[in-house]
Amino acid sequence: MAFNRFVSHRAAVVSVFILATLVIFVALSPLTARYGVNDAVQAPPNYFLSPRANAWLGTDDIGRDLYSRLIYGVRVSLVIGLFSAIISVVIGCLVGAVAGFRGGRFDDIVMRITDLFLAFPFLVTLLVMRNMLGAISWLTPVIGKLSSVRFIIVLFSIFGWMGVARIVRGQVLALKEREFIEAARAVGASRWYIVRRHLLPNSIGPIMVALTFSVVSAIIGESTLAFFGYGPQAGDGATSLGILVGQAKGAVNTGFWWLALFPCLTLVTIALTINFIGDALRDATDPRMQKEE
Amino acid sequence: MLRYVLRRLAWAVPTLVLVTFLVYVALRIGTNPVESYKRINPRATPAKIQQYIDVNGLDPNYVRGYFRWLVNFVTLDWPRSIKGSREVWPQLKDALANTLRLGTAASAVGIVAGLMLGVFAALRPGGRRDVAVNTAAFVGISIPPYVSAILLQLLFAVYWSRWFGSTLFPTSGVYPPGQMGFDLGLMLKHMVLPTVVVAIQIIAVYSRYMRSSLLDVLSSEYMRTARSKGISERRVLFKHGLRNALIPVVTIAALDIGSIVGGLIITENIFSYPGMGKYFLSAFGEGDFPLLMPWMVIIVASILIFNLVADVSYAWLDPRIRLD
Repeated sequence: MAFNRFVSHRAAVVSVFILATLVIFVALSPLTARYGVNDAVQAPPNYFLSPRANAWLGTDDIGRDLYSRLIYGVRVSLVIGLFSAIISVVIGCLVGAVAGFRGGRFDDIVMRITDLFLAFPFLVTLLVMRNMLGAISWLTPVIGKLSSVRFIIVLFSIFGWMGVARIVRGQVLALKEREFIEAARAVGASRWYIVRRHLLPNSIGPIMVALTFSVVSAIIGESTLAFFGYGPQAGDGATSLGILVGQAKGAVNTGFWWLALFPCLTLVTIALTINFIGDALRDATDPRMQKEE
Repeated sequence: MLRYVLRRLAWAVPTLVLVTFLVYVALRIGTNPVESYKRINPRATPAKIQQYIDVNGLDPNYVRGYFRWLVNFVTLDWPRSIKGSREVWPQLKDALANTLRLGTAASAVGIVAGLMLGVFAALRPGGRRDVAVNTAAFVGISIPPYVSAILLQLLFAVYWSRWFGSTLFPTSGVYPPGQMGFDLGLMLKHMVLPTVVVAIQIIAVYSRYMRSSLLDVLSSEYMRTARSKGISERRVLFKHGLRNALIPVVTIAALDIGSIVGGLIITENIFSYPGMGKYFLSAFGEGDFPLLMPWMVIIVASILIFNLVADVSYAWLDPRIRLD
């Protein structure tokens, strides 16, 4: 039934296909990319070539193929998005479920911290936390260097869990007054058992939705950081969607439109498709929708 | 109500102190103000450095240092910026004024357009207009501000003049370089593109809020009652429907306006618009502690104040809610 409702969201079905194609392309990157990340398409002069047969989407300032770089860049961005979303959803579920179920002081403190962090301008918190974590030297072996992909994932996980925790907490607060929870408690189920077997499985809809939106916000967040030069660094020739969009900044006043247009379009496509899928998931798993049928 | 407001204001002071303390610690660990000072002023004498440490409250003990900073801040004895040793307040004041101007314009345009689109969509849920507005809103939400900013810049800075022979909208700053004094026309022209970028997001978000809020109201019992009394459909919609649907939207708008002071960082930076965001990014890049702390205080204070405004307006608009 939930599946049928998902399928009836036409934009989401199209999005699934687009996203799947993109992911397959990116996963097969050594085959689908035409050149290596750092390879020039031809002998110089090869910089700022407009789109043509041997460089479908044009080349950048040192003659690298934008199409191939986009594929490698999206790969890094998807890894960042997926991992930080999964970590934040796991932490967010645990904290949110415990806060909602136990209530009291723990709940108060966690929710105050969450409010505080979410009220601050996103980029400010991100930059300040980034520098702070980077300056604490004994953390470096664990979370990686300031410019590494691992560090970015840790950074987004630290932020991401709060939104998820808020959603799960709300869900748990609503569920815990229901009869079946009371019944479980009456037969002597432990708290942990109730959280694990009843509360979390019954919140799976909102959790899935939160997961999709976390992926989007991590990908967009990474691009934002990279855009301002605070993102992962292009060490070892690696690249990311954010780095590519950041390069577009320099291309604007000179009129190399392909450098701005294609990375931006890719980013918007990824964000839009995941958002549509999240929306369809919400429609499909919302219990209020079930009643109407 | 007055007692509630006073109590909330009394609570806001310790909150402000606590949050600024956390920000103080985070900035001291993250930007290392003393090192930044030495880096930017390499020939500073030890006495000068000691004086800098004293006036900024950069004591090795964070708590003692914070309270020294706080005393200086409250008595308006603000230290000068690291770079160029300039007064902080005139810079901050200009940045705040510029951001408020841009923020107000974008919010006004965005909220009005968003609400209208939301109503437009909610009148026939599931219809073609509804689907169109919804899809457009999703596209708007999925476009990060710097993407729309870059594409607009590309269009207006390069291609517009190439195609039509004249520039339509300037893409950076508040005035053209060299312009002195006040000129409303030029100022508005420079504000068009940044306003559009910010407004896209606001329109997308508010059309969705308004749509779902109005749908909730339209399906409620008192709407049926109003209709059964035989009032015209127009009156039902405007007197009973819209007014009630606006209540939650107003509350959210109050919160959003509070966060706009620090929320335009990306847009301002791309359009070289000299507001709070550009101020923050350049100060943060230099590790300029004397510039950063007052900025943070203003951000935190505006969040706290507009949170209060949101709560009070909710109670004021909706008689079912009482604050005590």
